[in-house]
Amino acid sequence: MKILHYFRAMRGIMTRELWRFLLQRERFIAALVRPLVWLFVFAAGFRSTLGIAIIPPYETYILYEVYIAPGLVGMIQLFNGMQSSLSMVYDREMGSMRTLLVSPLPRWFLLTSKLLAGTAVSVLQVYTFLLVAWFYDIEPPWLGYLWLFPALVLSGLMLGALGMLLSTFIKQLENFAGVMNFVIFPMFFMSTALYPLWKMKESSEVLFTLAQYNPFSQAVELVRFALYGQFNAYSFYYTVVTLGVFLTLAILGYKPIKGFNKRKGNN
Amino acid sequence: MNTIPALEVENISYAFGRKTALEGINFQVKQGECTILLGPNGAGKTTLFSLITRLYDTGHGKIAINGHDIQRKSTAALAKLGVVFQQPTLDLDLSVVQNLRYHASLHGLSRKQSVQRIQEELERQGMYPRRNEKVRQLNGGHRRRVEIARALLHRPSVLLLDEPTVGLDVPSRRAIVDYIHGLCRSEKIAVLWATHLIDEVYEQDHVIVLHKGSIRAKGPVPEVIWQAPTADNIQQAFHFFTNEENAA
Repeated sequence: MKILHYFRAMRGIMTRELWRFLLQRERFIAALVRPLVWLFVFAAGFRSTLGIAIIPPYETYILYEVYIAPGLVGMIQLFNGMQSSLSMVYDREMGSMRTLLVSPLPRWFLLTSKLLAGTAVSVLQVYTFLLVAWFYDIEPPWLGYLWLFPALVLSGLMLGALGMLLSTFIKQLENFAGVMNFVIFPMFFMSTALYPLWKMKESSEVLFTLAQYNPFSQAVELVRFALYGQFNAYSFYYTVVTLGVFLTLAILGYKPIKGFNKRKGNN
Repeated sequence: MNTIPALEVENISYAFGRKTALEGINFQVKQGECTILLGPNGAGKTTLFSLITRLYDTGHGKIAINGHDIQRKSTAALAKLGVVFQQPTLDLDLSVVQNLRYHASLHGLSRKQSVQRIQEELERQGMYPRRNEKVRQLNGGHRRRVEIARALLHRPSVLLLDEPTVGLDVPSRRAIVDYIHGLCRSEKIAVLWATHLIDEVYEQDHVIVLHKGSIRAKGPVPEVIWQAPTADNIQQAFHFFTNEENAA
């Protein structure tokens, strides 16, 4: 009976999130336009200047667009993770987080379900992006789309947990702009999303080290290998461990008191 | 006869940093009893509600719902609690039914149960014909009714309302006040209603006067009036207890 309750609650939280996403068309379009602009404009521009050697999981020389596609998948999930954490800050201030937190279930379960719901939205965005990208000659093997799914769930959860962790530090909504500048962009640029690690090593050892240990890099590599039907064990374990760390810290750190009645708390 | 009080607040104190928000709060609400928590703005009403709903951790003291300690047996306690928060908490872009279904799922109701209860609760408030409209299309009074319907879906034994009529016009306010008082009688729900509007108090209610974080008076309405030497009605009693000179 108890398990059924958990199942129903999780289904309810996911359904709500998906409905909200589908009803907010601007959000859907914005989530799609961002990576597509990178693909059509940025990648096309750099195609001639950046040559990519044959590196796993690719078996032939590839175009830059093909290389960057998994990076853009990661970008979708990174933005989505941060955005759902933004919505948790927003919800916390607007009160719908209160209704969630007063339901008769453990807080860790409610927060994890919220995270899964955000991940489901990002998976939907990624597959829509890949559908458009397919017409642009980014054609991974069919099985790759299938293998991608568990990889996306894992990387989406990890990035969502990171967003949730950050949201526990954000006192006010306005500070989220800072998170964009100080978290999203550095994470994205200091990763393997745009250029392979060996290329980075040629120019800067520091950058290479940073990118190597950046959890976002590992999420991108997990996705990249999965998309070509391969399993990158190192990325997998790295992502699992970082997910565990971020999620634990986020759950421990999530205090509704921070969002509610801030005014009083500051007095 | 069930002798356990539906809501029991025992020796609760709470502080934001150095600023004391609540001190030595003690009271009980029995089944079928409508208790009005009267207090001016900043008296500590919302803080008390946040403690009862487990949004804040109880520092000192104990809160129990139907005998279940909110800290130690929080899921059992919260399962019996319905809440209408001061701020609107509905999803504006979702329909009335979608909002209610979400709540039903959080309380683990089956599909069949939730369909049936959503219909019952909405019909009781005359909102059933508008079930498929988006919440955004409803006026403030109707949104409040949906929130009350939502709080009752899982058949709670305690209903908390935090200034639910703020910002509503007089007829909407009256309708909600009458409806909640009716619920106390017909469903035997224990109600704790925070407000600063005296006209929401009925003669048969219980009253708690909260001022600057502590209880200044409590009991059935006639008793509270009697406790204030200069008062003939609850309004005067409220002014008496929240007057600085008398409060000292």
